[in-house]
Amino acid sequence: MDWISLIVVPAIKSLVLIIVLLTSFAYLTYYERKMLARFHVRYGPNRAGPLGLLQPIADAFKAIFKEEIIPLRADKLIYLAAPVLALIPALVAYAVIPIGPTISLFGQQVNLYIADVNVGFLYILAVAGLGAYGVILAGWSSNNNYSTLGALRTSAQMVSYELPLGIMLVSIVLTTTLATGTGSLSLVELVQSPRPWWVWLWLWIGFPIFFICMLAETNRSPFDLPETENELVAGFQTEYGGIKFALFFMAEYINMIVASGIMVTVFFGGYRGPFVDQVPILGVLYFVLKVILVLFLFLWVRASVPRVRYDQLMAFNWKFLLPTSLLYLAITAVAVALV
Amino acid sequence: MQLLFFLILAAAAIAGALGVVVSKKPVYSALSLLVNFAVAAVLFITLQAQFVAVVQIIVYAGAIVVLFLFVIMLIGGDLPGVAVRPRARAVAAVAALVAGVLALAGLGYALVAGSPAATSGAVPGNGSVQAIGEALFTTYLLPFELASVLLLVAMIGAVALARKDST
Repeated sequence: MDWISLIVVPAIKSLVLIIVLLTSFAYLTYYERKMLARFHVRYGPNRAGPLGLLQPIADAFKAIFKEEIIPLRADKLIYLAAPVLALIPALVAYAVIPIGPTISLFGQQVNLYIADVNVGFLYILAVAGLGAYGVILAGWSSNNNYSTLGALRTSAQMVSYELPLGIMLVSIVLTTTLATGTGSLSLVELVQSPRPWWVWLWLWIGFPIFFICMLAETNRSPFDLPETENELVAGFQTEYGGIKFALFFMAEYINMIVASGIMVTVFFGGYRGPFVDQVPILGVLYFVLKVILVLFLFLWVRASVPRVRYDQLMAFNWKFLLPTSLLYLAITAVAVALV
Repeated sequence: MQLLFFLILAAAAIAGALGVVVSKKPVYSALSLLVNFAVAAVLFITLQAQFVAVVQIIVYAGAIVVLFLFVIMLIGGDLPGVAVRPRARAVAAVAALVAGVLALAGLGYALVAGSPAATSGAVPGNGSVQAIGEALFTTYLLPFELASVLLLVAMIGAVALARKDST
């Protein structure tokens, strides 16, 4: 029985999670296009199926059946591996995020997370750090100046914004000590531990900083420097087409879903909500609803803020975000030490 | 089972390390190094040291190899056959031999003398964040703070070197 709970159950959960993530990726593109259309006062996709609901599936088929093109002087092995390296970190990050309380399924108690590791926060940082490889290798292996420049910019951006992000995560970990006396790096315990209202208030003050870092980490507008089409064609993905381009696309959108999941878990109580204790399955519903709301923030920002220049991007990070997050950490630390 | 797992991982780690040396292209060397670091992280997990494993990924895989790749990309790592003088090659070979023999001797000594690290397995929970944090801020406080000062000095030095004089 041991190996069933050790290997088979996590494997099934992972498979379900991956399928759910890939499906939500497809419909996130639909959500984004519909929302952007609303912001632009247009209709958006409405031809394929009712309300254009089949559009993502049509797009998927288009991407799969496109001709495979590999640039002549590209480094083939790395060129082909790069999209995969971009996608995998995006997919594995969800392993430590709890999407619901323990529910009973087929007469068994099932935890709605894959792993409750005691270094959950650090795991997320580690996975975020690995995301840069797909970009940097794609840019290098394409053997194209635009790609290389785009990759350099993007990876510099991702590495830089990880810093305030990590500092904000440290502050959030510090607040967990208020509830239980001993802190925890586990996201599952973070959701379960009750915290007083003023901690929530303080967390929400920090939310904008965290959200900006996440925008930059996921390369979303206004920090979508990888795709500055007016100067770099399409940045690191210039030479990619068909399904390989779709993999990068997937990585970006799944990163968005992951970022929203993290923010919901950290700032908005994860799956918690009214009546979750009585009806555990409601927790999943709350989690999904909260994620959709946070995703809307991403789209809203994209529709309303123009792209920043590269030097502005870096100056903003090093001269504003980093000092602010350090200040936030210092205040949090003093408060936690005093209370 | 445990031994089998260890052997597979060890083989992967050695393959990665060999790849660093053998690869013709610098980018492949850097990626082999990445494989080596990743396998080392998995080995740390099998030793119940999750914290060290994750930090290994964050610091080495997430930052240092990225930096290597940066440098390789910026100086265009594809320069074919950097001319190495035979004399330098001989010196390098001797140095590598000495270092290898020393490392083997140290490993052999540890096995024979049975140092605690080589024989006793890690206690579960010993590698947890709490345990490491407690050790760092009590027993090893002075070395820890000294290391932080050293890093700060290095950082200031890097800023001073990279800075253009505004005059």
